[in-house]
Amino acid sequence: MSKKRLATVWLDGCSGCHMSLLDMDERLLALAGIADLVYSPLVDTKEFPENVDLTLVEGAVSSEEDLHKIQIVRERTKTLVSLGDCAVTSNVPGMRNPFGRKAVYDRAYRENVTFDPGIPTQDVPALLPYSRPVHEIVTVDVFVPGCPPSADTIFYVVTELLEGRQPDVSPRTRFGS
Amino acid sequence: MSLTAAVKTLRIDGRDLSGRQEETILDVARQHGIFIPRLCEMEGLSDVGACRLCLVEVKGQNRLLPACVTAVEEGMEVTTNSDRLQKYRRMILELLFTERNHVCAVCVSNGHCEMQMLAQGLDITHVHFPYRYPKVEVDASHDRFVIDHNRCILCTRCVRVCDEIEGAHTWDVLGRGIDAKVITDLNEPWGLSETCTSCGKCVHVCPTGALFEKGRSVAEMLKRRQFLPYLTLMREENE
Repeated sequence: MSKKRLATVWLDGCSGCHMSLLDMDERLLALAGIADLVYSPLVDTKEFPENVDLTLVEGAVSSEEDLHKIQIVRERTKTLVSLGDCAVTSNVPGMRNPFGRKAVYDRAYRENVTFDPGIPTQDVPALLPYSRPVHEIVTVDVFVPGCPPSADTIFYVVTELLEGRQPDVSPRTRFGS
Repeated sequence: MSLTAAVKTLRIDGRDLSGRQEETILDVARQHGIFIPRLCEMEGLSDVGACRLCLVEVKGQNRLLPACVTAVEEGMEVTTNSDRLQKYRRMILELLFTERNHVCAVCVSNGHCEMQMLAQGLDITHVHFPYRYPKVEVDASHDRFVIDHNRCILCTRCVRVCDEIEGAHTWDVLGRGIDAKVITDLNEPWGLSETCTSCGKCVHVCPTGALFEKGRSVAEMLKRRQFLPYLTLMREENE
């Protein structure tokens, strides 16, 4: 059997879900035996590749870049997993939503800035009006709440999916973890 | 309690059970270890049937009935769990999650929250409805306690415990529908309340992290609910 193609994506999150993924320790070797990590913040591929079997998405969709990225990821992925509360609920990134985008920009780029205050127009992707859960933007196949989901949970979900089974996540994780 | 209280026999989830006529379906179910989810009902407080999570099916009735305010009747056949009930309970909980800003990961009640636990128990892994992200207040004007309206689900346990048990009636509800919110006194800052006795009962009956003790950080707010049935029992015995 040929190896499955696995990817992970980091949108608006703290990277804690990726840390939790690394927390699998020696089980990463077991995972490497059944899947190739074809795209991830942990590897050097620049372009999200075609024909990915399984993609884990960490983070909410908060910027123009996130929006662009998640659409490409969805197009090129068979099974898309919302990994962690930011992807599932928008969580902490979503706490800006009640205040509105302008208030966030002002606080970050005007109120606390002494040198050349102003909203950047290049190099930093523009914020979307709201930080959104991934499934409000594209279709998501599997949801794994948790902040972060434990390494055990991630290992279980990934191996179940790679072996063609539907994981039962509720007994293992929840909102807030 | 009268010794001649009428006893009703009924069937819950196929089990033959009995209860006194003034008892509700929820009372009898609880006495027999049958779990019915609820967020507004609490033993020792009056029942308001607000959260609708305890809806059950009663044979011969087309509509679903809230178990916390439905008295037992002779020959009643009750189903407390079915696909239909699960579906509605999930929907209600998901709507509660969208209504305010519930961020479990940074909540004082993370790991001890009744709503969070119910969501997990009902296999809710995500919310199907769009979030509303309303701008609501946090009132930290009280010396010892905080109300964070982001986490309030309007169960009104605080209102009832303050009125019925403490006798202060500091809490009440202002506004209707989606604009409703719990208030202290005449919608004044809690810290300026002249009626609040600072007893903290409201904090400990609150099912979420909406009411908490000042200084508690994430997951640190453990609520002690044991006092309530005990207090009610002692008062009944002294009457």
